[in-house]
Amino acid sequence: MEAAKSMKIKHAFSQNAIWIVLVALILGIAIIDANFLSITTLRDMLIQSSTRTIIALGAAFVLITAGTDLSAGRVVGLSAVVSASMLQMPDYASKFFPNLPQLSLIIPIAIAIIVGLLVGLLNGVIVAKFNVPPFIATLGTMVAVYGANSLYFDMPPNNSQPIGGLRKDFTEIGTGAIGGGQFSIPYIVLIAIFVAFIVWVVFNKTRLGKNMYAIGGNIQAAHVSGINVARNLMWIYAIAGALYGLAGVLEAARTGGASNNYGNMYELDAIAACVVGGVSTTGGVGRVKGIIAGVLIFTVINYGLTYIGINPNWQLIIKGLIIVVAVAFDIRKYVAKK
Amino acid sequence: MAKQHPYLLEMNGITKTFPGVKALDNVTLKVRPGTVHALMGENGAGKSTLMKCLFGIYKPDAGEIYLDEQKVDIKNSKDALNFGVSMIHQELHPVPQRSVMENIWLGRFPVKGIPPFRFIDHKKMYRDTVALFEDLNMGIDPNQLVGELSVSKIQSLEIAKAVSFNSKIIVMDEPTSSLTGNEVEQLFAIINKLRARGVSIIYISHKMEEILRISDDVTIMRDGKYIGTWPAPELTIDTIITRMVGRDLSERYPERTNVPGDVMLRVEGLTSPHAHSFKDVSFELRKGEILGIGGLVGAQRTELIEALFGLRSVKSGSIYKDGKPIVIKSPIDAKKHKIALLTEERRVTGIFPVLSVKENTAIANLGMYQNRFGFLNEAKMREEAVKGVEKFKTKTPSVDQLIRNLSGGNQQKVLLARWLLTNPDILLLDEPTRGIDIGAKYEIYSIIIELAKQGKSIIMISSEMPELIGMSDRIMVMSEGRSTGILESDTATEQSIMRLAAQTG
Repeated sequence: MEAAKSMKIKHAFSQNAIWIVLVALILGIAIIDANFLSITTLRDMLIQSSTRTIIALGAAFVLITAGTDLSAGRVVGLSAVVSASMLQMPDYASKFFPNLPQLSLIIPIAIAIIVGLLVGLLNGVIVAKFNVPPFIATLGTMVAVYGANSLYFDMPPNNSQPIGGLRKDFTEIGTGAIGGGQFSIPYIVLIAIFVAFIVWVVFNKTRLGKNMYAIGGNIQAAHVSGINVARNLMWIYAIAGALYGLAGVLEAARTGGASNNYGNMYELDAIAACVVGGVSTTGGVGRVKGIIAGVLIFTVINYGLTYIGINPNWQLIIKGLIIVVAVAFDIRKYVAKK
Repeated sequence: MAKQHPYLLEMNGITKTFPGVKALDNVTLKVRPGTVHALMGENGAGKSTLMKCLFGIYKPDAGEIYLDEQKVDIKNSKDALNFGVSMIHQELHPVPQRSVMENIWLGRFPVKGIPPFRFIDHKKMYRDTVALFEDLNMGIDPNQLVGELSVSKIQSLEIAKAVSFNSKIIVMDEPTSSLTGNEVEQLFAIINKLRARGVSIIYISHKMEEILRISDDVTIMRDGKYIGTWPAPELTIDTIITRMVGRDLSERYPERTNVPGDVMLRVEGLTSPHAHSFKDVSFELRKGEILGIGGLVGAQRTELIEALFGLRSVKSGSIYKDGKPIVIKSPIDAKKHKIALLTEERRVTGIFPVLSVKENTAIANLGMYQNRFGFLNEAKMREEAVKGVEKFKTKTPSVDQLIRNLSGGNQQKVLLARWLLTNPDILLLDEPTRGIDIGAKYEIYSIIIELAKQGKSIIMISSEMPELIGMSDRIMVMSEGRSTGILESDTATEQSIMRLAAQTG
């Protein structure tokens, strides 16, 4: 009985290890500087985590199928540029499309998300229909998407100038909040929470979600079970692309601009957050809760360590250590079970 | 021989507890030099756990291991090799892209030259390999790529490797599970040779006939406990079974109460596009009938039924279900036509190891749980999984348990439950009891007969002839991709099956 009890505690501990690490990090930073525990810092960190969460959730779809998606960051950049190019103020001096009429907000946003979805679908087709390993397939699209984005960005009259002067109704999405003062909740955080909820539903309550776990758990068995593996994979990559697209739109809205370098290397942060959050690199395992925790941990490291004045280069070393240690521990869990 | 110790290996009082389970309880294993020592027990009896303790993969909670009367502490499998203990695994893990000799000497290549300029001495490696193979009468080319070898040759290679380590004890885990009759004879010749040299073999197998033929001593385990060790000549299949299961299994096969009806499936001239696969196979399968398919390994039986399930392509021939021609190009088509398949390689193509019993049960039939908004009904999924567990008496703490933590027999029951949820008319079973312990086997037999009784048509591939005769209504025997005959099981004998299975040309 005693053994069973200690097992249970151990189990609870290992299941929630990441949250314990997160709390410990926050407390550690708070001990050094108590001001860290303020509503303002908390809100800032949540805002920072919002787009990252959306990108990480997209990447998680792919990682759980035992795939990988290197194109995430470049798709963010592409959709940021696409949406920003159509959402400049009518009287702005150097407009991307000088003669573009004032569009309803939803149209450029939808176009940008669809562009992301199409890139994801392309990834899915290359992986599922042409059996190219995901690492290579998405490496290819990552490079090509940047090229395409740069061409678009370089079109006259823009000629590779950073896109600015975005419409207020658009930037409001990235910077506005419900309520006022201390206790206001930023829209962008609400959007991330909503997306996380939708993704949770897809993961847990739909055929696509169950098929995703099955494909990652054993692709051959999935095929034998009569799952249309190719079609499911294409959907999964497409949804991931759409989420990167949404993240790109939000990045443009939050920063009030866009350039072709937006999103550079975001895929690595997303993958890191996923694996630290318990998404198995061998597929079949991963939960929304863990992924969110993974994103928050990196945000706390970024923001918190800057807050207490640690050299940003040290932050990179700490981030690197956390990624490797987290996966090493995660793998140990499986090795020990053999 | 007078100087010999009575036992080459002694494992005394080995106890190993896992959370919630006592996997080994005071187990003893004493192996005499130059003998074949069979280790028997149902799956889950603790044979593998005991062997893992011997190889230092698990550390026993209590107990001692003596080699040549020296107490030893084996920490890992490398230690074990140094102590002269090696293992031929059921699933072999060679490096297929490299040559035979590189596989044998991997990690200890002979070298020449002066440090730090040391290079691999390929000539010596070749000579040593040739000498090793000649010594054991194995006709394998040291330069051939391992990926090109047959399973039995790879196994010979692994045995040669064990011999090259001067192993005194070689553990063989189900060594004949994928060998043909001829290859089994070759393996036995090698075993006899090793035995004559004083090497002891610990032989783990479910095949009783083989064990009685090859072994000197038999140790039987049950539920993690040591039952006893007997000289093989004193045992019979029935006494072994009684001791393994601890009850009298007067019938090894349940009574067949199914009654075959009208023709459900007709296959005509089915031919594979591949030259060495199935050719011109025709048969009929009736409603409520169990059709066994016998034959040696390489008879293309798996290929045939995988083609019926759409996993392999077909060049010519036709398939009729209920008199109507059907075309099956993928498992999705097969499911539409109410055909289900339990594959031979349960772990490779059957289970989703990191998913729960519940999800493993539901996965082939998710449409059934979907409401009109596309959301899955979790409660119903759980309910059906629990039903499946109860119906087949699957041993699992709950349906949330990961399937990889279940024994082979229980995994098989979950897979059966999965396919029955698709409500199939035709069930294709490829070696459904392979690697499953006797008690669970009997339960699976009962389930199969019950399904046939409900009117489902069943095709069952089996390499165990008693199982074919005991379970089938009719037996189709295949050889080299062709059907060589269909026997009524009432009159079929192992000899008559074997004659058809060995028929060539």
